[in-house]
Parts: sequence; structure tokens; C-alpha cells
Amino acid sequence: MNEQPKQYKWVGTRAIRPDGVDKVTGRAMYGADLALPGMVEGKVVRSPHAHARIISIDTSKAEALKGVTAVITAADMPVADSKPVASGEAMINFKDLANNVLAREKALYEGQAVAAVAATTAAIAEKAAALVVVNYEVLPHVIDVMEAIKEDAPVLHDDMFTGGVKPKPEKASNVANRVEFALGDAEAGFAAADLVIERKFTTEPVHQGYIEPHAVVADMNPDGKVDVFCSSQGHFMVRAFCSQLLHIEMSKIKVTAAEIGGGFGGKTTVYLEPLAIMLSRKSGRPVRMTMSREEVFRGSGATSGAAMTIKMGATKDGKITGAYAELYLQAGAFPGSPVGPAAMTAFAPYDLDNVKVVGFDVVSNRQKVVAYRAPGAPISEYGVESVVDELASELGIDPIEIRTINAAKEGTQAAYGVKFGTIGFQETLDAAKATEHFKTPLGPNQGRGVASGFWFNIGGESCAGIRVNEDGSISLTEGSPDIGGSRASMALMAAETLGVDYHSIKPSVVDTDAIGYHFVTGGSRVTFATGMAVVEASKAAIDELRARAAKVWDVDVDGVVWEDGHAKPASTNVGDFEPMSLAEIAKVANKTGGPISGHADINAKGAGPAFGTHICDVEVDPDTGHVTVLRYTAVQDAGRAIHPAYVEGQIQGGAVQGIGWALNEEYIYDKNGRLENAGFLDYRVPVASDLPMIDAIIVEVPNPTHPFGVRGVGEVPIIPPLAAVSNAVAAATGVRFNQLPLSPPTILAGIAASK
Amino acid sequence: MRYEAPGSVDEAVKLLADANGAARVLAGGTDLLVQLRAGMISPEVVINIKDISETKGITADGGGFCIGATVSGAEMGEHAALVAAWPGVVEGVELIGSTQIQGRATMVGNLCNASPAADGVPALIAAGATCTVAGPNGQREVPVADIPTGPGKNSLANGEFIVNVKLPARPGNASDAYLRMIPRTEMDIAIVGAGVNLVLDDSGTCTEASVILGAVGPKTITVDAAAAALVGTKVDEAALAACAAAASAAATPIDDKRGTVVYRTKVSGVLASRAAAIAAERARS
Ligand SMILES: Cc1cc2nc3c(=O)[nH]c(=O)nc-3n(C[C@H](O)[C@H](O)[C@H](O)COP(=O)(O)OP(=O)(O)OC[C@H]3O[C@@H](n4cnc5c(N)ncnc54)[C@H](O)[C@@H]3O)c2cc1C
Repeated sequence: MNEQPKQYKWVGTRAIRPDGVDKVTGRAMYGADLALPGMVEGKVVRSPHAHARIISIDTSKAEALKGVTAVITAADMPVADSKPVASGEAMINFKDLANNVLAREKALYEGQAVAAVAATTAAIAEKAAALVVVNYEVLPHVIDVMEAIKEDAPVLHDDMFTGGVKPKPEKASNVANRVEFALGDAEAGFAAADLVIERKFTTEPVHQGYIEPHAVVADMNPDGKVDVFCSSQGHFMVRAFCSQLLHIEMSKIKVTAAEIGGGFGGKTTVYLEPLAIMLSRKSGRPVRMTMSREEVFRGSGATSGAAMTIKMGATKDGKITGAYAELYLQAGAFPGSPVGPAAMTAFAPYDLDNVKVVGFDVVSNRQKVVAYRAPGAPISEYGVESVVDELASELGIDPIEIRTINAAKEGTQAAYGVKFGTIGFQETLDAAKATEHFKTPLGPNQGRGVASGFWFNIGGESCAGIRVNEDGSISLTEGSPDIGGSRASMALMAAETLGVDYHSIKPSVVDTDAIGYHFVTGGSRVTFATGMAVVEASKAAIDELRARAAKVWDVDVDGVVWEDGHAKPASTNVGDFEPMSLAEIAKVANKTGGPISGHADINAKGAGPAFGTHICDVEVDPDTGHVTVLRYTAVQDAGRAIHPAYVEGQIQGGAVQGIGWALNEEYIYDKNGRLENAGFLDYRVPVASDLPMIDAIIVEVPNPTHPFGVRGVGEVPIIPPLAAVSNAVAAATGVRFNQLPLSPPTILAGIAASK
Repeated sequence: MRYEAPGSVDEAVKLLADANGAARVLAGGTDLLVQLRAGMISPEVVINIKDISETKGITADGGGFCIGATVSGAEMGEHAALVAAWPGVVEGVELIGSTQIQGRATMVGNLCNASPAADGVPALIAAGATCTVAGPNGQREVPVADIPTGPGKNSLANGEFIVNVKLPARPGNASDAYLRMIPRTEMDIAIVGAGVNLVLDDSGTCTEASVILGAVGPKTITVDAAAAALVGTKVDEAALAACAAAASAAATPIDDKRGTVVYRTKVSGVLASRAAAIAAERARS
């Protein structure tokens, strides 16, 4: 682990987080913790069918139940246009979103909301929900991605014709979209190879598994103003989506960000929020809605499952000459799988001349897919990193060596379009190779796997305000819900820039009325983009502080510099003045022009791509197929670790989620398309005793566009584990499975088949 | 729903009998409360038996042990003499849940809940344990093997509950073991469980054996052929292989979300033979 470079006093330290005490003492307010006077409880009625036409909904019995204050169906919601609307960086089809939060004509997956009720108690709401009579015509359904693309598969949307193909298909199908891009000539690349390996892979959809279920309190006043308090990855996203769905002006909706008990991408959309607003409007009362864990599994999005073909060719000495990927990603009930980023990231770690990638976005009767850490990348990179591993072992080249031979570096033209600037992939490979872990011998039935991963990282809209209080303390405001300790990182960057004590800064994530638009907390963007806004706001405050000192000294502002938290004369020519501290300037602010502040409203550009390389040791029980992860090291380029402990936390958490994806997580459906494992008992995320401590190694190759060099860390660590685990299992068993999860029955069957 | 906490066996029996099937006994509550919350059961009366002195504590009993019905897994694990004599019984119970669950969950609750996958049951049956059942007609001793009758069903009649479990006295060179297969390391439900109890003579030859499988049928399966494969041998590799084959042959699993028939059948043999090897090793030392 790197300690902070000397020139920094606060950046790179492991400061105590400002929100920590409230969280460990139970005081922090999460989505379900708010109670308002007169509040009623809402409950969703969900489809029991995987695919069914809604013939009619009779709400009269539910409405008649004593204590019920409102019942809503899609009829209470405006009909949205079926065209994508820009919402921040994302393009949202609000007709699909509307149908996903409340089904109108058809229910497209088991668990989809079809109605909602509000009542004075949760028990009455539950009873009322059961009294809503929905008359369905059950339709044939399809769950699996390769089944869904078959000619005779039940079609979910009869107005959906595959986009991205010419001419436009005549028949509606479940393939929403086709994407393709190429660099050079993949076929020529294979012709130049000494060894070509082509494999088919499958991965299962996995849930983000956040500990806090979705929860919201909404209160609509008689004059049409709405207050929303909820757990999300972006309260501006909640405002925008509710505004669009319900045709309410943004200025009338105020959303306050609750503390959030995890999201991992799963809270970048709305489910309950618009329903709670509608129920509040109808009942004239504040409404609270919370999902149970079962509802989270049945009614909220996972990331895609996939089927894919990966083909790569290399020369005898390990140079990759050609690469091809064909990806089929499940979108769930509505179009919009992360097939785009999956296609773009697939080969991005490598400096290749000949690449072709084709991807398909496929709908089927399951929950609408939503983001999950590095959406799409773990899937495609799993296939690629598995084939790279196989190339290495066939060619007798060390797995880190083959990656070094082909590693993308500054100036590499990535197949997806960009030319890389300064990147740190090679540095992660070097650090991995230097570990004691990589050199430690293994025992019988044990195997070691190596895999790398790439994520773009993103920028986007962020704002920040620095207010210098009368006593010299600092109020720092921004609007990115804090998921991974970002308030601490923001305060560290402000402290470093202003030259003041970290502890004198109180960072707050403020509501949508109090600050400008922020894109969601996602894509590993907050420390980069909101951090950049914080630094710019701090610099604006510094300019104001310098101006005030100049006024006191009666000199030109250019003659005042800011150093170490003090205004100082730029040179002896300016005059002989005692430096003024920030607190001293704040004290006399009323005499120099009034309150002092600095603000920045930016759309951050220049996000720095990041890479990671993981090493995983497993032992496989040859008679039960049980995999034990013995040792795990995750190396990652963070650009700059503003708060190393939270960077390590991100790396460890991402690695664990990736290991769960690789080993045991999967959705199990019965023949009617109903989910059989809607709970943590049988949807098996790893438990603490399943894992060794994840060794996180931070590499720092600064991003030149960020004032402190930040790249972003949240996404990369979930990418390599799928292949790292699977390559380790292959090494331990001598069998390549090419499918996830590597659950004990799968492993045992594979070992038996190989004999 | 009414809550009662009787102080005596008789009081508890009366409350149970009066409720006429609409009552549930509450021991650790780690099954009961989950089932209540999930809406799977809605009893009129919940009867906490933890205030009844006869249901408490572990006592040495003529070379064997008497374990009260409300003794938690953690208490069993801390009882050195019990662990020394019946390591398999204790390790089965200790596999239940996590540290938090261990402080509450009881072996008798595990038995009465009658899950085919219950971890506390196979080794207990292999041990030849009996239990004291109190009811309107007084008390009776019943082999624990007769308590579960099918998934979620037990043989207790209206008004009856279990007061304690008795483990018999045993010779020095005897021991037991329990193993289960779960995809993770805890907080999971057994896909296969195997409890083995063995007695060796002075030469190390097995003279008595009992092999019980869990989670591969509607209730535990007593595999006499697997036991027979061990008796008369030194529990060597050949005997263990025969034990494994017999256990796999006796398993009657189903395909469900937790595992496949093929997998469970194979692993039944693997775990039975591994448990036998561990029990033999323990008996020898
Ligand atoms: C998180 C978690 C993890 C778990 N993990 C496991 C596991 O790994 N393996 C496993 O086998 N189980 C597991 N369980 C299930 C449960 O913990 C066990 O079955 C436990 O032994 C039940 O004991 P209890 O004392 O809590 O029973 P309770 O919940 O109190 O009772 C269970 C049932 O038995 C009846 N009952 C209890 N005592 C008596 C009595 N003396 N006479 C008559 N009827 C009685 C009750 O009425 C009820 O129907 C787990 C449960 C949880 C919540």
C-alpha cells in the first residue's frame, strides 16, 4: 500500500468518516427511518405470472376495507411516449420505465408491480393488497436468453423490431438491438495466429445484493408540492424520473437523500417513489413504502445473464493477433442491457490491431436489468480473460507475462474508439507479479488463477459549495449520495486545497432544492467528478479569501497568494503584512464584503480509465465439487487514493461480489417462470466465513485531468474475479467449465464428464 | 395470538392440550419466529417452555447424558464431557446457523421442526438417543428416530412436548461424526448430511455401526447396508468404499433448487464414508 506523497497533508490519509458515528450508533436515517405525522403505509400488488395480459383490475374490495386510504393502478398514471429522453448521461424510455413501475397492459415478469395500496397500518395494507383482484390472461413465457432469441419464442413486445440492423426486420422479436464495432480485420488476425481458441460461455444474472431494501416516504401537499425522502444513488435522478412519469414540474419536487445501505447500481432507477407520490396524492397523507427482501429479489433489477462466444488468436510468442466476441445479454422485460459497455470493455485491456465485437440486447420475462458495478464489463471480460488464460497455458507462457506482452498503454488505440492517455495497466501487472502470493507454491487439488479488468470511469454533472463560516469552519455542500465514504474524501480534498484542518470541514449531501443537478453516484465518478467540483469550489473560495485579504491590506488582489491556509503577500514588493489565516479573514468578513463562499457547477470531463489485476488461489474438493477460496489478492490503479481505507474497502467489496458471481449466485426459476430463491438463504452471496481476507494493493498512476490524480475505484474490482476464480478452478481440476456459477454440482458433473 | 410461559411441565401440557392443536411450543424460536414472520403458521397460542426447570441443563446420567429440551447449541458445545463422548452429535448441532443462532437454537427444536435437512438429527439418531415426551397421559420414552415423520411433521400428539433427550452410556473406544454438504460455509441448508456412530473393539475392529443420511429423502435414512459394510472391518479403505457405495444406493433425493439427484446421490456416499473415517479415527484415539 502506498502512503501519501509528501506534498499532501490530508489527501491519502485514513481520516475518520464524518458519517461514521451516526452509522455505528444506529442514528443515521435510512430510507425506511422517517416517520411523518399522519403517515400511512403503502404496499405493492405484484404479478404472480411471468407473462400475462392484464384483462381487468377490480380495486373495489380493497378500497372498501376500513383503514385503506388509496388504491392505484396504471390508470392513475399519465401515458408516456415510447421514445428515449436524455436524463443526465442516460437515455431513458419513459414508457418502459412507467410500465416497469406499474404494469399497464401486460405483466412481463413475476413480481412486476400491477397496483398499490395505502392504509393506516402495514397489516391493513397487506390485507388490502390481497383484496385487489387482477384478472390475467396467462401467456407463454421465456426466461433464458438463448431461448428468447429463437424463432418460435414467445414475443414480449409486439412493437419491438431489432434496432441496428438493415433493413428493419419485418417481424417483431425479443432482440431489441444489435451493436457492432471493429478495428482492423479480425479474420486476418486469426490467419496470422499460431493458435486460435474459440469458446462459448454462459453467465447467470446476479443481484446487487444491497443490504438495505428500497424504501421511500413521499408527501404531496394540497398545493401540489412534493417532498420525497428515499434511499437512492441519485436524488436528482429520482426527481427527474418522477417528474417525467407523473408530469410534475421539477421545481415542485424536493428529494432528500437518505443514507443508503448499498446500491451497487441497483438504486439508479425508481420503483416505489412514483407509486408513493401517487398514493400520497390520492390519500392526502404522507406515504411510506418499503420492500421486503423477497420483493427486492422479485421486483427489482439484477444485472444481465449472458451467452457469448469469444475467439482469440496469438502467435507462438504470445502476441494476440486477432479477437472476436459475440455477446447476447439479457435485458429483462424491457430493452436496455449493458451490452454496449460489455462490448466496449471486452478487449480494452489489450493493445490489439484486429478486433470485432457484435452484441445483442435481448428481452425475456425477468426483472428489468439495472446497473451493477461496471455494467456489462464483468461478463464480457470473464470470457476474454478465460480465453487469454487458456492461450497462455497452451503456449506455455506465464499468465502475467502474456498480459504484459499485450497490455494497453499510453497511446494504444482501443477498439471501442478512444486512444488511451496515461494508464496504469502494466503497473498493476508488475505489482501482481511482485507479490509473495504469486510466488507461493500450491498443494494438491489447488489452483491459481489470474485475471485483469478494465473500466472507463466516468465524469458528468456535479456541483459543490464551500461556505466559510464566521468562525472559520467550513460547510461543504454537494449532492452525490455517499455510498462508499465520499463525504470523507470530499472533505479531504477541500482541506488539502484550502489548507485547513480536515476536522473543521463538515461535508453534507444536500437536497435537490439546495444545489444544482448531479448525475447519479455510479460509474466510479463521485470522487473524480464531485471531487473536481469540490476542488474548484474551494479554489473559488480561495480567490474570494485572497480578495478580502487584499482589501484589508489595501493592495491589489494579484499581490496576494494563498499558502497553507493563509493569505500572504506575494512578495516583499507588495508590502510587509502578517499572513492572515482563513479564520482571521472570516472574522472580519462583514467589513470586507459579507459572507465568503465558493461554488462550482461542472460537467466533469477527462475521467481516467482504470485497470486491475487479481490473483486467486482455490482448492477444489474432487469428491464434492466444493470450491474454497484460499487466498485472494486484488491490485488496482486508483490514480490517487484520496482515502486509502475506502479505496481498499471498494476493492475488497468488489472482489467479494465478483467471487459470489463466480461461485454460487444464480436465480432459480420453476417451469412457470416463478423465482424459487427470492431470499438470501438460497440466493447464495458469499458469507464472511467463505472468504479469506482480500489483500488490496493500490497502485497510483495519477489521472492528469484530476487535480489530485483521481481515477475512480468502484467498478474495476468486480470485473477480474469471475475469470480469476474460474481460471483457478481450471488449474485445480484440469477442467475448463466456461460457465458460471461454479456451484458444487456443476463442478462435480464437469469432473465426472472429463474422466 | 397469545403468549404463555408456564413454569411446570404439567402447566405446559394443559395449555397445549387446551389449545387443541392451535398452540406451538417455543424453544429457541429460530424456526418458529421465521415461520411466523413468513406467514407460514399462525398459531393462537405460543408456549415458551424455557421457564420449565426440567427442560434446562445437561446432566451426566449413568454414563450417558440427559440434555434438557431448551439447552442451546452453544451450551452443548461448551460441555467438555459431552463433546468428548459424543463429538458427532455436538458438531451436528453446532453447525446450525451462526454464533447468534447458536445462542438460541436447540437440538430438540431442530428435531421437532422435522426438516429433512436438519443438521442436529442424523448423528442423534445414529447415537440411538431417546427422548422424554410429556403429555396428558404422563411421560413416555421414545427413540428420537420416531419423532420426525416427514417434512415439517412429527409424531407428537395433541398436548405433548419433549422435555429432554437422553444419550446412552458408551464404551471407551467408540465415537461419532457428522458432516454436511452446503455450497457455502455457513448460513445454508444441508444438501446432504451424514451421521455415523461406531464402536470398535480393542483390536480396532468395528463391532457396531450406525449410518444415517439427512437431506436425501423426506426424512432421515438409516442405511443398514452401509453400517454392515463397516462392522467386522478395521474401517479401512475397502470398507469405506463399500460404505460409500451402500449410502449412495440408499439415498432417495429429489431435484430441487438446492441440488440435483445425481449430485446428492454421489455426495451421500462421499460424506458417509468420510464421517465413518472420522468417527473411527476418533474412536481409536
Ligand atoms: C439464520 C438461520 C440459520 C439456520 N441454520 C440452520 C442450519 O444450518 N441447520 C439446521 O438444521 N437448521 C438451521 N436453522 C433452523 C433452526 O435454527 C434449527 O432448526 C434450530 O435447531 C431450531 O431450534 P429452536 O430451539 O430455535 O426451535 P424453535 O423455533 O423454538 O422450534 C422449532 C419447532 O419445534 C417445535 N418445538 C420446539 N421445541 C419443542 C419441544 N421441546 N417439544 C415439542 N415441540 C417443540 C416448535 O413448536 C417449532 O415447531 C437455521 C435458522 C436460522 C434462522
